[in-house]
Amino acid sequence: MMWNRNLLIGASLVGFNVLVAMLSLVWTPYDPLEIEPALSLTRPSTAHLLGTDENGRDILSNLIVGSRATLITGVMAVVICMVVGVTVGIATSVSPRWIESPAIFGIDIVLALPTVLFAIVLAAVYGPSTITAIFAIGIALSASVAQVTRREVNVVLTSDYVTAARASGSSTRRVIRRHILPNIRASLFVQASGACAVAILAESTLSYLGLGTTPPAPSWGRMMASLQQFLLIDPIFPLWPGLAIVITVLGFNLLGDGLREVLDPTLRESKH
Amino acid sequence: MLLEVRNLTVRFGSKTVVDSVSFDLEASSRLGIIGESGSGKTLTTLAIIGLLPETAKVSGSVTFEGKELIGLADRDFSAIRGNRIGMVFQEPLTALNPLMRVGKQIAQPLRNHQGVTLKEGLKRAMELCARVGLPDPDRIIRSYPHQLSGGQRQRIGLAIALACSPALLIADEPTTALDVTVQKEVLSLMNSLVAEEGSSLIFVSHDLPVVASITERVAVMQNGEIVELASVNSMFQDASHEYSRKLIQAARTSDAELGHFTESPSA
Repeated sequence: MMWNRNLLIGASLVGFNVLVAMLSLVWTPYDPLEIEPALSLTRPSTAHLLGTDENGRDILSNLIVGSRATLITGVMAVVICMVVGVTVGIATSVSPRWIESPAIFGIDIVLALPTVLFAIVLAAVYGPSTITAIFAIGIALSASVAQVTRREVNVVLTSDYVTAARASGSSTRRVIRRHILPNIRASLFVQASGACAVAILAESTLSYLGLGTTPPAPSWGRMMASLQQFLLIDPIFPLWPGLAIVITVLGFNLLGDGLREVLDPTLRESKH
Repeated sequence: MLLEVRNLTVRFGSKTVVDSVSFDLEASSRLGIIGESGSGKTLTTLAIIGLLPETAKVSGSVTFEGKELIGLADRDFSAIRGNRIGMVFQEPLTALNPLMRVGKQIAQPLRNHQGVTLKEGLKRAMELCARVGLPDPDRIIRSYPHQLSGGQRQRIGLAIALACSPALLIADEPTTALDVTVQKEVLSLMNSLVAEEGSSLIFVSHDLPVVASITERVAVMQNGEIVELASVNSMFQDASHEYSRKLIQAARTSDAELGHFTESPSA
């Protein structure tokens, strides 16, 4: 295996996140929901490494538990958007024109909806919850995944090797499985990582607006919303959830870039 | 008659790119199609094998082994392609999937048509590698296309096209992308394999001497039409169409220049 810097950093950050989320199931420094009015808004100390919030809850413990909601929303939303987006993208690309044209129109309509706005509408209709947020983000992102998939598939479809594969009698299904999927795989991984980053940001935004993860379950977005009120007292309070979001999003983006570089054998070969 | 093409016409929008092309091909016979870029020779072959883009409007008739191919459902066409009709492409690098080991790609037509397992397919792929003169088939089938040379790749292309012993082999400028020396090897290999298999051959090229060396008859295409169709011998003796005469003239001139070069050292 080659030492790809992006992949290494990205995978470490994401891996660290996953470990922290798993750790939160068995251990946190303090009970994240335990209220301690005497310790309201304390600065970092040896007892509370990142300080406490306005209710005296340990910020570090809340961040650790909050990583769960973030990761679950991100991963589930990406699973939805990849399954829907890639299926729609490939199916429309290989379809005859009379199916393809209306489908492109549909993709464009979903694409025109801002992700967060779409999620707000869904939350207003079905009530705010993690599930609503997951579906809203997943569906909204699937349109752009479908669009990128279509572009990649069309490049592969017009390639000589697909013509050659059809000339050796491969059915459409076999062309998809043996030629299209392997050749868009690298781009799908990049898409998935990128979508994960976007989904995590969207989840934080929704929670920040009170439309995502519902209290009392800790969430980075909601921590951000409550701690930013104390920005003028000490800017260090909203820094922690912000930093957690940035690092996680960065991790997924770097992971995507690294994967692309490693999975493309032509890029791999030229490194020697 | 193996293949009968009647009034084959291909249009893109209002533009006619292949115009009422007709010719016959008997079993085990060979036809060259020659013409400049854009004369419609490649599109003619793609129309025969049913791989024109969706936007192309095709009319006329192509009968292969007694079956009408124009308008044939894609599913039924897939049973013919790679099985009864094999095709070799111009650019052997892009005609191979860059992410698939070549063994799997050679096995592909066998798996499509003969339902063999991957293991059996790879075994047959190694035999085919040996047949197309590739040394060390064991290593070749595990290689990716970019790890092979142009000549090796085109041999792979031949192995894929001939895997199911097709009755008709269509070769679309198969040697254009190769070095002249490699060109010669691939041509003679194709010549002997087609003879061994007893297949018919449609050989598309813009290079008259190359076509003359491997086929019996030549169709000259210009602006989507066949302007002359004759045996190689009669074409060289008295070509009737002006464009054919130009092609022959050009071939003779370059021949003469080559002759001049080979004689000059002794002079």
